[in-house]
Amino acid sequence: MASFSDLSLKNRIFMATYRYRSLDPVPFAPPRRPLVEARVALVTTGAVHRPDQEPFDEGWKGGDPSFREIPADTDVATLGIAHKSDAFDQGPFRTDRNLGFPLDRLREMAARGEVGSLNGRHLSFMGSITAPGRLTADSAPRAADLLAGDGVDVALLTPV
Amino acid sequence: MCHQTVGLIAGELERRGIATTSITLLAEVTRKVRTPRALFVDAPLGSPLGRPDDPELQTAILRAAFGLLTHPGPPPVLVPFAGPA
Repeated sequence: MASFSDLSLKNRIFMATYRYRSLDPVPFAPPRRPLVEARVALVTTGAVHRPDQEPFDEGWKGGDPSFREIPADTDVATLGIAHKSDAFDQGPFRTDRNLGFPLDRLREMAARGEVGSLNGRHLSFMGSITAPGRLTADSAPRAADLLAGDGVDVALLTPV
Repeated sequence: MCHQTVGLIAGELERRGIATTSITLLAEVTRKVRTPRALFVDAPLGSPLGRPDDPELQTAILRAAFGLLTHPGPPPVLVPFAGPA
């Protein structure tokens, strides 16, 4: 089980004193259509990137707020993982990228007709953003505009 | 910090009419951020889909996460995954 007690002392102290941003009010969009008809996009904060893309910048103070577009036909096993967070064991995620970026599972669900279709692109952020000003003012709105323009109905978000 | 980032991105998507469902491994953080819909998976950080190379479990978690889309609310919706993770 993941809880504060699993984390290093340094991370626990940080999380206990950090002032989390909070959605208030909480925006809540009802699904526009049933899942079996919906266009689905995957959004991860697992810092995955294609081999031909610039990895995320670990040196960015407060966290790199940029994102990468992962085309729907990407071979999941080839994805790089730029996360260098010491808050978790990266071994399992590196063994199976679907553990944090379950694109193969979503393809299977689409093939079985459980979800309508997958969007042509999926998005990857590096979640370790402690100063989210640029995320909320710029990159997250741009990412959301992209997916809205694609006609995405449903987004699945995965942290690592 | 991944969990705060997920919640903030979900908020932007919901504001544009895209229904979101998220996975969380840290219910305490997700509760503070007030992520619109989240499935709590009782697995270690780094393993939101439960276990590597376990497609059945991963699919069960995805189905449960998508199941939250029809939750009547009110938000934030935070529900534990009922199966073994």
